[in-house]
Amino acid sequence: MASDQATTPPPPPPEIQSHDLPKVILLHPPPVFKYFKDHFSKKFHLLKAWESPLPLHEFLTNHAHSIQAMLCSGTGPSISADILRLLPSLRLVVTTSAGLNHIDLTECRNRGISIANAGEVFSEDVADLAVGLLIDVFRKISASDRYVRHGLWATKGDYPLGSKLGGKRIGIVGLGSIGFQVAKRLEAFGCNISYNSRKRKDLVSYPFYTNVCELAANSDVLIICCGLTEQTRHMINREVLLAMGKEGIVVNIGRGAIIHEKELVQCLVQGEIGGAGLDVFENEPNVPKELFELDNVVLAPHMAVFTTESFKDLCDLMIGNLEAFFSKKPLLSPVMNE
Amino acid sequence: MESICVLMPIPMNSYLEQELQKRFNLLKLWTAPQKPQFIKEHADSIRAVVGNSAAGADAELIEALPRLEIVSSFSVGVDKINLAKCREKGIRVTNTPDVLTEDVADLAIGLMLAVLRRLCESDRYVRSGKWKRGDYKLTTKFSGKTVGIIGLGRIGMAVAKRAEAFNCPICYYSRTEKSDTKYKYYPSVVELASNCQILVVACPLTEETRHIVNREVMNALGPKGVLINIGRGPHVDEPELVSALIEGRLGGAGLDVYEHEPEVPEELFGLENVVLLPHVGSATVETRKEMADLVLGNLEAHFSNKPLLTPLV
Repeated sequence: MASDQATTPPPPPPEIQSHDLPKVILLHPPPVFKYFKDHFSKKFHLLKAWESPLPLHEFLTNHAHSIQAMLCSGTGPSISADILRLLPSLRLVVTTSAGLNHIDLTECRNRGISIANAGEVFSEDVADLAVGLLIDVFRKISASDRYVRHGLWATKGDYPLGSKLGGKRIGIVGLGSIGFQVAKRLEAFGCNISYNSRKRKDLVSYPFYTNVCELAANSDVLIICCGLTEQTRHMINREVLLAMGKEGIVVNIGRGAIIHEKELVQCLVQGEIGGAGLDVFENEPNVPKELFELDNVVLAPHMAVFTTESFKDLCDLMIGNLEAFFSKKPLLSPVMNE
Repeated sequence: MESICVLMPIPMNSYLEQELQKRFNLLKLWTAPQKPQFIKEHADSIRAVVGNSAAGADAELIEALPRLEIVSSFSVGVDKINLAKCREKGIRVTNTPDVLTEDVADLAIGLMLAVLRRLCESDRYVRSGKWKRGDYKLTTKFSGKTVGIIGLGRIGMAVAKRAEAFNCPICYYSRTEKSDTKYKYYPSVVELASNCQILVVACPLTEETRHIVNREVMNALGPKGVLINIGRGPHVDEPELVSALIEGRLGGAGLDVYEHEPEVPEELFGLENVVLLPHVGSATVETRKEMADLVLGNLEAHFSNKPLLTPLV
């Protein structure tokens, strides 16, 4: 083309100096960073503790004195009282998880530190995974997909029969946002729903059981949808599992430690319960290798919230909470610290 | 009734075989060293055939059995039975509707979740130790996706009801628009495929519906679309399906049926966006017993001159 006597391009806008942006400290990169880091770094000056050669306590002492906001996730160091004490100006902890078991809630309450979490942003995805795992265990989807891919259908014949969902009694442990979404879905499959929760929920008509063992005794399936607390740690133990009977199935999309993992493995290996669908484990990413021999167990790598849709929604929510805090507006998904 | 001869071409269910043996003279064709010879030998005494989705009664078999009165299928699909020939000869035909509707619909949803959320792949990921090296990648949300159903019969409606619990908008194609439903109707499968993210095959297999999911439909469903086949293998042009998946023109597939069962195209074994099941739509202990009881009930009714329970012809 003819030589370019175009007007000189306009000067680029002055770079927003990152130190003009509100400061947010992170101890560990949350999973959502892998896909959306730039969304955060455009709006906030991020102090990334893991990038410093200093040990964590030293880093915090030297650099975090005036930090008011923290972004954390369920992975990485716990937000313990020790760590909180090294952040004297901290007013807000935003976590990318729904779970709060990694945060010292008492210390936060005492210091008046607000907490915002993922709210209900991935309740649907987690509920979908719970239902997917349950159908997989009942109908042997992963096991028979393996069977076909190994060429066994043509040589060994039909795969053993599965079990029908309709009419099965589902016991939901924890009828919060996720538990409620699970219940609503399974009702459409003709399942009968009951639950155990810290408190009876007046707005639902499902039968309520005051303790989890009684729930198990009246259920064919237990779906763990509650949070991990001192009360729920190892709540699902051998006694609870056996109460379901030999065909009993457990699905866990809560936290690994809610189930006594050693006892669960033993029950499964001995054939004392019918099967399990597990997205979480006591010591992730380690999974008891005895489970690898079993076809009535479906294993997932803690991925219930790992969809592109949830991550985008999560990113928007986390940024929204931080922006609200820094402009002194109400948080979008505050946790009521009971 | 123990003298009435009933022919079963292939094994299908031990409870059914046991019960048939108790009440009738069950002839197990698959145990015969020479099948045509076996048929000839028993041709004058066979009054009933019990078939299933894999083996029924074609024109040749019907012609070879002059005393055949009833074909009772251990399935709801009767594409392996020559219905016209049965009508011509006054042979009754029964199948097993309703009792398996829920199981098949449950499996359709199970396949949707397994494909979109990569359940089988991530189970492999954990078992192989890969999780120790890093998280699995992001998958696709199922709730809220538009589900398109080919055939809004019993099974299609049951799939719709379940998908609605996941807030999925529902649309459908069928031979004629249904006046008593709120779901959106599309007058062609291509249009349906262009307007949904998950396409489910839930119609019977007939001359008209063979290859109803062809290259054009798969291209319309697209690189983010997922095909779920819980109908019959020949509903889908299988070689086209394989190339659409390999080339990325189709986003994924959950298959329970294939054109030449139990053969499954090996090119699919290496794909992570595909779930392959060995025709297990109705394969639960509970449902197979109910299906068997229906077969037995229909045969007993016929041979006691009572009304058939679930007649098609």
